[in-house]
Amino acid sequence: MLNVAVVRFPGSNCDGDALRAAEQVGANAYFVWHRDTGLDGADIVLLPGGFSYGDYLRAGAIARFSPIMQAVQRHAAAGGPVLGICNGFQILCEAHLLPGALLRNAGLTFVSKPVDVVVEQTATAFTSAYEPGARLRLPVAHGDGRYVAAPDTLRLLEAEGRVVLRYVPSSEGSPFQPNPNGSANHIAGIANGLGNVVGIMPHPERAADSMLGAGDGLGFFTSMDAKVPSP
Amino acid sequence: MTSSAVAGATDASPFPGEREVTPELVREHNLNELEYGRIVEMLGRVPTLTELGIFSALWSEHCSYKHSKPVLRTFPTTGSRVVQGPGENAGVLRLPEGWAVAFKIESHNHPSAVEPYQGAATGVGGILRDVFTMGARPVAVLNSLRFGPLDLPRNRYLFAGVVRGVGDYGNCVGIPTLGGEVGFAPGYTGNPLVNAMCVGLLREADLIRAAAQGGGNILLCVGARTGRDGIHGASFASEELSEKSEARRPQVQVGDPFTEKLLLEASLELITSGMIVAIQDMGAAGLTSSSAEMAARGGVGVEIDTALVPTREEGMTPYEILLSESQERMLLVAEPERISEIQAVCARWELTATAIGRVTDDGIYRVRHQGVVVAAIPGQRLVDDCPIYHPAAREDDAARARRAAVPSRAPKVDLGDALELLLDTPAIASKRWVYEQYDSTVQASTVIGPGGDAGVLRVPGTGFGLAVTVDCNSRLVALDPYEGGKAAVAEAARNIACTGALPLGVTDCLNFGNPEKPEVFYQFREACRGIADACRAFDTPVTGGNVSFYNESPTGAIDPTPTIGMIGLLERVEHRVPSHFAAPGDEILILGETTGALGGSAYWTEIRDFVGGPVPGVDLEAERRLQRLLVAAAEQRLLRSAHDCAEGGLLVAIAEAAVGSAYAREPVGAAIDLEACSVGVALEGLLYGEDQARAVVSAAPESVEALVGLCRTQGVPVFRAGHVGAASGMLELKAGGRLFSWGSRTLRQTYFEAIPRRMQHPDVDRSAGE
Repeated sequence: MLNVAVVRFPGSNCDGDALRAAEQVGANAYFVWHRDTGLDGADIVLLPGGFSYGDYLRAGAIARFSPIMQAVQRHAAAGGPVLGICNGFQILCEAHLLPGALLRNAGLTFVSKPVDVVVEQTATAFTSAYEPGARLRLPVAHGDGRYVAAPDTLRLLEAEGRVVLRYVPSSEGSPFQPNPNGSANHIAGIANGLGNVVGIMPHPERAADSMLGAGDGLGFFTSMDAKVPSP
Repeated sequence: MTSSAVAGATDASPFPGEREVTPELVREHNLNELEYGRIVEMLGRVPTLTELGIFSALWSEHCSYKHSKPVLRTFPTTGSRVVQGPGENAGVLRLPEGWAVAFKIESHNHPSAVEPYQGAATGVGGILRDVFTMGARPVAVLNSLRFGPLDLPRNRYLFAGVVRGVGDYGNCVGIPTLGGEVGFAPGYTGNPLVNAMCVGLLREADLIRAAAQGGGNILLCVGARTGRDGIHGASFASEELSEKSEARRPQVQVGDPFTEKLLLEASLELITSGMIVAIQDMGAAGLTSSSAEMAARGGVGVEIDTALVPTREEGMTPYEILLSESQERMLLVAEPERISEIQAVCARWELTATAIGRVTDDGIYRVRHQGVVVAAIPGQRLVDDCPIYHPAAREDDAARARRAAVPSRAPKVDLGDALELLLDTPAIASKRWVYEQYDSTVQASTVIGPGGDAGVLRVPGTGFGLAVTVDCNSRLVALDPYEGGKAAVAEAARNIACTGALPLGVTDCLNFGNPEKPEVFYQFREACRGIADACRAFDTPVTGGNVSFYNESPTGAIDPTPTIGMIGLLERVEHRVPSHFAAPGDEILILGETTGALGGSAYWTEIRDFVGGPVPGVDLEAERRLQRLLVAAAEQRLLRSAHDCAEGGLLVAIAEAAVGSAYAREPVGAAIDLEACSVGVALEGLLYGEDQARAVVSAAPESVEALVGLCRTQGVPVFRAGHVGAASGMLELKAGGRLFSWGSRTLRQTYFEAIPRRMQHPDVDRSAGE
């Protein structure tokens, strides 16, 4: 059985949701505390959403110094899968496991609503269950979701196919504004070069249950496997 | 106990350097002669300044309910589902499978009037603590807001700041906002209303009450340090706002949702592990009210050493420490041998738990500071013996005259164009601008989010769900407090029932002006009579709530606003019914009777510039039949949609169902024929009257016969009004020999853009409060 560690920071608030979504696909999911130094044999690490350390200083800026992050770094360096959702994505950027940064939304307000995104890269540890180009409706809920990176970095991400999720442009008939936060290149999620570390702003764990009228996010969890598919 | 023993037990001396108690000082503490006289008699001496502060807080309207208690006692508060009625931090109702729901609504009006961001944020923080101190995990928040018209810059500033404050706090703690209401009327310009409701789930076996027990048990202060913020917040909430209120800004507390989240997790862990005897939030009047109320509930005394309370700054006096309303603090009672375990749990959540006193057997509320007893008051009397007032009540002649009047001006626009104008009215228009700033999907249990009749969440691990709503049409209450009070409960219950859920119980937030004015107290008494009658008729007991008086400013008193928060049980989540039309070809039916009552309507207010007329009476039996019908029809899967018919009347309800949810790809059209509906009712009243006990529903063609049959057996009038049309089609209406038509896309645009268009104004400072 797959061991999935859900890291809890003080201020995490989607930790229980991520745990339930992982359990739903049959994983052995458990919490690890930010002060822990080991991952208890985890095959996969989830960094859940929330407001670690109250987002004080900058979203994710303090969490990256938590003791557990050294274990997460080692796990990622060894090719182990890591998914950061929302605040987890912010922490991955702050910890330099992913390039770029997430800044205050362009509209300056918190944005909570469903968005349409396209799965652009399926050769990652968390999107292999989707068809390339699959269109998903997932909720976003964040104040700091505007992805930015240096022009060279953006070019590299695009050239290497590391944009995992992209907000659907308005020209394609989505009823939503194309991009809820002003992200560069409409980026909603990216991967590292190996595809084992993925960070996304939308919340698939909130759309992993048909009872809630939304099952589009389930693929992130059914994709989970100890091995990373090769690109 | 002999009287001399009492005298000895209540000896206390002034804290060195504190001011002498003079008549001026007594007045500054908002205590009148009767109240002060009772204090002197109770103590057998002049109080110390510290004691004066304690009495001032606990005998404030906010804490003592001294003007409202006799009226509140008339509410029905019992029932087979009631686990905890009024008097605790939150009410609790029994749910299936060993679950229970704790819920409560509270106001934070005055702080929000002077500091909208922090005022609103700390309002959310306080209500969350009220719920999780019962052992319940908060699973939903709702809010009911009122502002002056958005054409005034100050109102836009307050609206933007309050919404941001509510959002930032709830979002950070991770509690989804599942619903709410926002109203705009001139009476709120100087005094906005911010009412926040929290709903929490618990195993009934884990319920904990806030009663201190056991002589020798220890009082522990957990969470944030105590600072000089919010001193006399409870008294501030108990006076009218004035030009000087701006100077009260330093009395508004500052919220820290991050600490709140830690406090929430630590508290629930302490409660479910059985480590503590009792727990209470240090809310209004801080340490004073939490300790005194816990002692009084348990019939014990307490002794606190204020020098032990962790403070933010040096040199705080016992007076300041007792009355500080610094946020994110809890008071615990525990057996001495469990303290180290408790401290370990708190430390894991990065919190400190500090012993600051103990439970005593002598019934005295005693405070020491560095060895000096600075307060010693008979504890039960401190909490219970505040004078209770029975103010004069007399209806304002002007109110009576308004009710008897009719509009004198011609309509601003034609009957058909009035629909667009009403959909563009901020009070009716979509509140998407508001709820998109609130996380509504965290906790992954949201079944119906904001924007429908009521929010619906499922209870994880079970098949059932809860429906939650807050409602009040304050215009109706202003015109006719009794019928308006009934209408607030009826509308809440209709909203719950429209989702398919059975209304279970009520929490209320009673926002009124100065109760010492007979016309205000009349409104209060009559509105409460209406609420009580409706709650009895619907079998939805009142399990708690909050009274907010003195909502007055130099621009006058607010419209009386008794906000009703209601919980409903959806036995099976998959039976939920959405608000919006679902599929072309479905039949549209109008449930309930239309008499064309326009008194107090949005149509008369917005289109004929007239607020008045006799408000529609609420037939409680008809309401109850409608609720039962909606629940039964949902259980039998007969409904595709159901939407309450309220502000704006029938046509607005139909249009709202047609424009679709905020995230629908397109609106739908509809073809409606009302020629045979309520024959004899004038067209204005037919389209825009606000008769109660009505809903607009849609059903698949194959379900219509069964639905109509159900209406007959349940005694609910039903009219088959037409069909749902094509996506982005026209909304067409035949009535009164006329044919009206509107483009559904135009209606959708109007409805969803009304508030954003007004808030795009450059003076809206989006960074307010940071």
